[in-house]
Order: sequence, then structure tokens, then C-alpha cells
Amino acid sequence: MRIELVKRKEHSELMSLMSPLIAVGLTALSAAIIFAISGVNPALGLYKFFIEPLTEQWSLEATIEKATPLILIGCGLAVCYLSNNWNIGAEGQFVVGAMFGSILPVVFPSFENSLTLPLMLISGVIGGALWAMIPALLKTRFNTNEILTSLMLVYVAGLLLDYLVRGPWRDPDGFNFPESRIFSDAATLPDVFGGMMSLATPITIIIALVLALVLAKTIKGFEIRVMGESPRAGSFAGFSAKRLTIFSFALAGGLAGLAGTMVVSGSLNQLLPSISPGYGFTAIIVAFLGRLNPIGIIIAGFVLALSYIGGEGVQSGLGVSNKIASVIQGLLLFYVLACDTLILYRIRMVSRRAANPAGEVSHV
Amino acid sequence: MFEAVLLTVITAATPLLIAAIGELVVERSGVLNLGVEGMMIMGAVIGFAVANQTGSGTLGVIGAIAAGMAMSALFGFLVLVLVANQVATGLALTILGLGLSGMIGEAYIGVPGLRIPELYIPILSDIPFIGPVFFQQDAIVYIGFALVIGVAYFLFGTRAGLILRSVGDNHGSAHALGYSVLKIRFMAVLFGGACAGLAGAYMSLAYTPQWVENMTAGRGWIALALVVFASWLPFRVIIGAYLFGAVSVLNLHAQAIGLGVPSQFLSSLPYLATIGVLVLISANRRLTLVNTPACLGKPFVPDR
Amino acid sequence: MGTENHSEVDTAAAPFARSGKDKLLDAQGLTKRFGDILANDAVDLTINKGEIHALLGENGAGKSTLVKMFYGSLEPDGGEIWWDGQKVAIDNPAAARELGIGMVFQHFSLFEALNVVENIALALPNPGNMKDLAKRIETVSREYGLPLNPSDIVADLPVGIRQRIEIVRCLLQEPRLIIMDEPTSVLTPQEADQLFLTLQRLASEGCAVLYISHRLEEVQRICHHATILRHGQVVNECDPTKETPATLASMMVGAEVIAVNAAAQKPAIGDVRLGLNRLSAPAATPFATALNNISLELRAGEVVAIAGVAGNGQGELFDAISGEMRVAPDMIRLDGAPCGAKGINWRRKKNAAFVPEERLGHGAVPGMKLSQNIVLTRHSTGDKLVNGGMVSTANAGEMEQRIKKAFDVRMSHDDPEARSLSGGNLQKFVVGRELDRQPGVLVINQPTWGVDAGAAALIRQAIIDLARSGSAVLVISQDLDEIFEIADKIAVISRGYLSEPEPAADMTRERVGLLMAGGAETQGEVA
Repeated sequence: MRIELVKRKEHSELMSLMSPLIAVGLTALSAAIIFAISGVNPALGLYKFFIEPLTEQWSLEATIEKATPLILIGCGLAVCYLSNNWNIGAEGQFVVGAMFGSILPVVFPSFENSLTLPLMLISGVIGGALWAMIPALLKTRFNTNEILTSLMLVYVAGLLLDYLVRGPWRDPDGFNFPESRIFSDAATLPDVFGGMMSLATPITIIIALVLALVLAKTIKGFEIRVMGESPRAGSFAGFSAKRLTIFSFALAGGLAGLAGTMVVSGSLNQLLPSISPGYGFTAIIVAFLGRLNPIGIIIAGFVLALSYIGGEGVQSGLGVSNKIASVIQGLLLFYVLACDTLILYRIRMVSRRAANPAGEVSHV
Repeated sequence: MFEAVLLTVITAATPLLIAAIGELVVERSGVLNLGVEGMMIMGAVIGFAVANQTGSGTLGVIGAIAAGMAMSALFGFLVLVLVANQVATGLALTILGLGLSGMIGEAYIGVPGLRIPELYIPILSDIPFIGPVFFQQDAIVYIGFALVIGVAYFLFGTRAGLILRSVGDNHGSAHALGYSVLKIRFMAVLFGGACAGLAGAYMSLAYTPQWVENMTAGRGWIALALVVFASWLPFRVIIGAYLFGAVSVLNLHAQAIGLGVPSQFLSSLPYLATIGVLVLISANRRLTLVNTPACLGKPFVPDR
Repeated sequence: MGTENHSEVDTAAAPFARSGKDKLLDAQGLTKRFGDILANDAVDLTINKGEIHALLGENGAGKSTLVKMFYGSLEPDGGEIWWDGQKVAIDNPAAARELGIGMVFQHFSLFEALNVVENIALALPNPGNMKDLAKRIETVSREYGLPLNPSDIVADLPVGIRQRIEIVRCLLQEPRLIIMDEPTSVLTPQEADQLFLTLQRLASEGCAVLYISHRLEEVQRICHHATILRHGQVVNECDPTKETPATLASMMVGAEVIAVNAAAQKPAIGDVRLGLNRLSAPAATPFATALNNISLELRAGEVVAIAGVAGNGQGELFDAISGEMRVAPDMIRLDGAPCGAKGINWRRKKNAAFVPEERLGHGAVPGMKLSQNIVLTRHSTGDKLVNGGMVSTANAGEMEQRIKKAFDVRMSHDDPEARSLSGGNLQKFVVGRELDRQPGVLVINQPTWGVDAGAAALIRQAIIDLARSGSAVLVISQDLDEIFEIADKIAVISRGYLSEPEPAADMTRERVGLLMAGGAETQGEVA
């Protein structure tokens, strides 16, 4: 018995929509199995993981809070991946953006007025974009593989943050804890809609919608999609691969940096040695689950944020390790990639040639 | 003192060496497996867990190798049978590996580890100074060198190795001549997984006999860079691994040397060095074009 | 290779009496399906020992599919194969080789990074010692007039030599049947003659040859018998020496083949629209070809063709003229304006249009719809496709309809993805997309490779009509038949050098062949 792939004549529209759903379904199934192995009632585990977070006000707010950076980073990554620029360093761009965004409140704490927050956000964008430009420029000038360079810079960014927070930026009034001073109110991102979410969320949704429009309708979006699928055709159209690399990395880095600044100024209110539970990596999953489409990413970001909160939920409620969240996230990405095959191929099971010398192939 | 430094370099280089030589074979067959980090960390945790449960370091190593192969089999299925995107699937493998190892390893944090015994080669290891350094190492160190020699002989001295190289060069031609491209690639992928698992075992059973979450700290990624640095040639992997091993232990010895540099900077040197090395190699276009397996990363769907 | 004795090829092959006693390969009712497509439909084919048997058919008739089943690369879905009186199942190429069947592929099955010995070793079941194999290669290759140097790396070798490797690879296994898939599409006329001598020698030694081609003159020259495929079915068998190219062509296509009408009145040749002035460019990669001092004047109203075997700089020349590869400003002039350093869309705005060799992946994006592919080359040429940054899908759709009708592009439903079209239809679309603009200058690389006869005729006529209406057309092609059909002037590109263009009426195939070979070969005889 053998699996055979038969190429479809065109992309299957149906499977483009179904594949993420099938992937989520399979993931839920796997999660149930893992719960069972861990000695927990699978149905209860699934409920606590996926459903319960949506039933209470506080967990819903926590989910939205976690979804926001995932969506923002995911949108930037979508632009990169669509154009065949494999930016794996979003986590580092997030961190460096957060550091840049924190310069004002940490180094110039007395600068407190209505400009503080906007300047912080802009600095965050610039910081993330600059950090992303390093692998981009190395790719355009030296043809260096951007996957490894962008990833190495994640580790460097983390070490840089660690150094700042333990050294020059350590809170003088902080009893020697490795953390920066607490941000003033002027440097804190406010909440909106009666405290349900921070300003970060509406900003993120608007950016996602704008990007959706750009990708679908504009010539820039056309350029991005063409270059990703057929770089030579893109060159034939007059598009420049190098300029697009710089553009997409700068965009993704800027959005990741913005997300970092908003997390630090909205949720954490200070810089710590660790400011991200792996947002930059989880956002990769979000981007793929959302089929590299900002609208899909909004939904996917929500689903993955759910897995973070759900993980905490099953730990406190059922005693299962909260690491199960990252296992489920990894499995989800696997299933998404596997199901994506169905968009381009039909699967056929073929039995081995029978002892029929004429070569009849029987189909199951 | 120099002895001690050399010893730390050897221990730092070995996991890089083993993971890289495995990935070299995989890439020579035309497949790019970015999941080395995930396979390594799974090797580390399973190796530690099995050794802990059974009391045998050897069984731990075997368990680690099996874990690496299992992870790589999953990757192979997606990428070779379902023709999934190789870059994304490799990333998925890493994310899954890091998560799964964190989950399995929770029970073992802080648990004292088992150390695989050093091999004591009679007479040779009594030679003063170089004896203990070169002839009294963990078995895995010697296995690492044997692997490099074995891979070199396999790739360039045997027919099977020639066939594997041809698959990486032009999978269409290899298929036209009747070779089973997918089977050959799958076996290469499994070999790569076994090596990554072994490298992980070394980390948790010899390097620092304990389990710490994310203890591979990016070594799998550095191993990937090493393959590029070595231009896909086995013996150059040794040079690269030892160079990186040396850079990564600088932090350990900085105080002894009296460097007044913040430790985070020294810790970042291996990563910065990786970037530097990649830039140097890729800037030389002729070198990269001539040595890179032509079909690296390209999916293959046979028509039957 | 160098100087060939241009000896007469012996066409007096005795007409083969097909008695049935000399059957070597007998295929009965072979069928092969790919998804919905029936590539081969109950094909019967018989090859006798020592026979040079032609398999004729236009692109897409099912020839390659059929022979892949003989070579074990594909499994038949129905039918039987008899070899030397025994029913056999050819499961894989190794089994085919064991029976004595060898194959020389159209798009070679070689390994660039490996050398000649290694390439040949990979095709042999028992290569033995590499040094001995190298000696055998030297001996056998020289014996058959196709000398090879065993230690050469394939990536460094020109196309003609690469084919030799494929052939010698077969010869070393003492074949009883050699299958050749379009062998002369990559050879100069002189190299083709040498090949025919080799084939006839093989036939006289008792080895049969299955010769796939759509080149009717060659088939007439050397083949003893021909089987003709059309749409996957055998439609006729004949003795090609008793037919004319015209009758063979109509058997292949199944209708009167419309000859291209080039004799329409020619307008006065006008100004120079495209000028190449000592165009030079270094090779961009180690495997590319450098351009060396190419000069050419392309005038309004004429079709200039550049002939050449693949790999001599055609792609690089096209990229320089189109603007994908930048050169010094003065080296290329459009209507007098220096533009060597300008991008492709600047040149398009100057009313130039381009059709590259590769339709899928270069000329069009395979996974995108036709309407989107129109935007690909016409987004900045004043066609109202882009308004304030937004793409107008309505206008693109309108243009798709217009082009579809004007160029008879057949598709299964409205606005499909580019890759679902057949080669001929996609090429009609790609060419039509540019001609729809009435360009003043058209540069087109390999206009009809892999395209069925009907589409090819339409495209060639469109090229001529465009020139007659006052535009300047530059055609780069490997197909000499095509060139002689449509060109007013012919030049030859070889190793990045361009010969002086001469009027087509003054050119002969032999002269073109000599120009192709001049300076092309550094792989000399192994002394």
C-alpha cells in the first residue's frame, strides 16, 4: 500500500478554507489523547483547555491580551513568508523594539506628557525594524540565508536585554532585582472599552485590516504574492527582490517592535529579563494557521492565545503541566502543514502491483 | 590549565560535530531539516529520562537516538510523503520538540544525573599531558570522530554514497535512472535524526549530567550553520565544530583570563560568530554555487 | 569534435520487409492515464531487430509517455509488452537495462556536480572499478565517434557533449534497443550528421533504435519505419522514405497543415528601433554565459532571427535586452535612447514587449489566474490596470476576454490558473498579452518550443503580421525550420558571440551549422 499524490489542476478553494479547520480538529483529537495518557478525563481536559477560557470575563480578557501581540507579529510575518523571506527572528525584533520603546521611560523618566506614549511606540517600531534590517541587508548584500541569521539575533537580543536589565537600566529603587523602573502613567498604554482590553488591541485590529486590504487589492500586495511564488516572474514584472526583502523585513520587524513596546507599556509596565512567553515563535504558527491572510490571522491569533490561557487552566484545575500548551501549539503547526497538502494535491491509496505481469494497477 | 581549556573545547564541540555531520548527510540527499534543535533537545530529555529510570547510561543513549529518529521520521513523513514545505515543517519540529521536551522534562528538573563513563584507553591515556585529554574521553567523543570518517568514506568511496549525492544533485535524473529518491532521502533523514538524538544525549549525560529546560540553547541551529561553513564536506565539519566550541567556552574562562567584559557579551559570541561565518561563506558566490547540493530543499513528487 | 567530415549520410537503407520473424519489441494495447488525461490509448507498436524506427507525433501526442513505459519509468495501466518472443513486465529502469533497453532522454538525466565516470557508473548495474570504467569509456566513446574525457565535470560541458555521455552510457551496456527522445533538438546540423552515422552503425550491428522526433526531414533520411501517434492513439504506420514531409505532417496533425504566409508584401524597412552596440556582460554565475561585443540593428518592418543551440547565451542576451540584467547605458538603445541601465518597465513604456523562453515561472505565474498574469507585464504601460495603487480586477478581466478571443486560447473554464493550460494555449496567451499592446519592438525567445502545430502556426503568423504592420521583431530560436520560415535576416549566437546578420535568402542550414560550431567546442578529441 502506498500513498500517492495526484496534483490538482488548480488550487482547491474548498480545501483552502477547510484545511485550517481540519487541522484544529486533529489537534483537539491529539490533545484528548495526551490528556488521556496523563490520566485526565479527555473531555474535561478539552473543555478546560479550549472552552472554559471563553466563559469568564477575566479569562476572556486575558485571551484578548495574549492574542493581540500574536496577531500583530503574525501579520508582519505573513508579508515576509508570502514574499519568500523566511523571518524567524520576530522574537528578537519584539525584544529589541521593546527596549527601544522603553528608552524614554527608563532613561528619561521625567519626560512625562502627552507625547511620551506616541514617541515610545514610534521608537519601538524603529527598534524592531532596525533589528530586522540586519538579516535583510545580509541577505541582499551577501546572499546570506536569513533563517539562520535572524534566528541567531534572537539569542543576541535576549542577552542584550538581560544585560540592560541587570546592569545600566536596573531600577535604582528596586532592591537589586533585575528589572527596570516602573513606567509612569504617561508611559503606560491605557485600557479601552471599560477596561476590557488595552489600546493595543484596536490598534492591532486596524493594522491587520489595513494589511488585508493592501495584500488583496493593491499593486504592492500583488508584488508580494508574485515574488513569493515566482521570483523570476516578479523580476519580469519589474519588481525588485532586494527591495522587497528590505521592505518586508522592515515591516515585520516594525510590527514586532510595536507589539513588544505595547506589551511592555501596557501589561508589564517595566522591562524584565524575560518579556515574552515565545510570542515571536508562536506568531509563526499563527501566520500559517491563518493561511498568511490577516483576516485568518486575527482568528488564528485568538485560537493560539486560547492555548496559552487553557494551558494555565489545565495546570491549576487538573494538575497537568502547562507545557502542554506548547506541545499542542507544535502539533497544531504540524497538522496545518500536513492539511495544506490537500490544497494542491489529491491523496490516493495505491496497492502494490499484483502478480499480474501485464501491469494492471488496482486502486483502493 | 591549558589542558582544562582544551577539555572544555572538546566537550563543547562534540554535540555540534555530531549533529552537524548527521545534517550534512541529510542535506547531501537534498533535504533541508531545520528541526535539528528540536531533535537534539528531545534526545537530551529522553536520554536523561531513560538513563534515570534504568540506571544505565548506555540505555539512555540508545533511547536518545531512538527519540531523534522518531522525530525525524515525523518530519520525513510530512516532507517526503505529503510534500509539505520543508522550512515550515522543520520549524514545526523544533517548536514541538522544545515543547514536548519541556513537558517530559518537568519531572526531572533538579534530579541528579547519570554520567556516561569515560573510556580509559590503557597505556595511551597514561601519557602525561595529552594522555588524559585525547585518550580518556566519553565514548561519544570518539564516536563523533568515527562518524565523520565513516560519513566521508560512505559519501565519496562507496556506490551507495554516490547514489545519495546524485539524488541531492538532480532528483529528476536519479528517478529517471530508477533510483528510489524518497526512500534514499528518508533513510538520510533518519540518520540525521539519530545523530541529533545522540548529540542531545551527550548534552544531558556527559556535558552537564542534568536536565535543564532548553539546555541546547540554539546548538542545533549552530550545527545547521556548520554544515554551510563546511561546504558540505565531512572533514571540514570538524574544523567548524572546534572553532565554535572554542568560541562558546570563552565565557567560562573569561574570568580566569581576566577579561572585564560583561558575561552576556561573551555568551553572545557563538551566535555572532555564526552570523559572521555565514556571511563570509555566502559572500563567495562561486563557493556556494559549486558546493551546495542543487536540489536542497526542493520537493520531489514522482509520477508513476 | 572540431572539424567533421561532412560525409553523406546513407539513406539507401533497404526497405524493411516487416515479416514478423524479426520482432524485438512488441507492445500491444498499451494504455496510460494521468488523472483525467488518457496519455496513451491502446497503443500497438512493433520494433524489429536492427531497425531504426521513428515514433512521430506533435507535442503532447504521448510519445514520451509511451517510451517511458518501455524503459520502466512508468507503469502501464493496461496492455502487454513482449520482448524477443516473451511476455515481460518492465518494473523499473534497472529491469529495462537488464533486458538490453537503453534510453537517451530529451532533457538529459545527468548530474551536474559529478564527473563523466560517476554519471555513467550510476546507470550501470555493475560498474566495477572506477579506473577500469574510465578506460572503457574512453575506448568505446572514441570507437563510436563520440569521444569523451572521463574526468570532466558535467557542469562544465556544453550540451552536445552531454548528449554523448547519455549515448555512451547506453552503449556500455551492449544494448539491443536504444530509445532516443528528440535527440537533435540540441545539436548543430553537423553534430546531427555525426549522430546519424553512429545510429546507422548501431543498426547494422543489430541494435534497434526507437527514434522520437517531430523533425520530418531527419526521419525521412534515416528511419526504416515510422509509427505515428496523435492524441495518444496510433493513427498510422508507414515507410517514411516513401512519404514526403507534407504527407507525414498531415498524418501527425490530421489535417491540412496551414503553411505560414510570409510572402505578404513587405513594407519598406524603416528606422532602427532596437540597437545593440558592442553589448558585453560578464557571466553572472559560474554556469552562465558571458556576452561578448554583440552588435545588432533591428529595424521597423523586419523579423531578425538569432539561431543557436541551447546554452550559448540566448537567455543572457534576452535578459540584457529586456532589462532584467542591467548593462552600460549605451550598449542598448531603444529608438535611439540609451537604456542599458534602465529597468524593464521603462523599456515597456517605450513600446517594447518581451516574451521569455520559460512560460511557467518566468512569463507567467503558474498559480495565478490569467487576468492576474496580465497585470504582471502591463501594470505600468498605461492600460488602466492600476488606479491609485489599487489593481482593477474588472479591467484585467476585460483584457483577458479580449486576448482569449483574439488568440484562440482554449481553457476549461473562465479565467483559470496559468498552469492548468496546455503548453500551446499558455504560449498563445503569453504572446497575445504582449501583441495586444501593438508593441513597436517585440523580443521573443523560443516562440514555439513544446507547442502543438496549430498553436505554433498561429504564433508564427502573428509574428510576421506584427512585423509587416511596421514593428521590429527579434526572434531567438533553436528551431531552424521555424527560423527559415519567418525570418528576414538570420544571425547566429555561439558562446556569447553574435555573427553578422545575413538575409535569410542567402543563408543555408549548412552555413548556420558552421557558424554555430565556430568557437563553440573546447572539448576536443581525446588525443
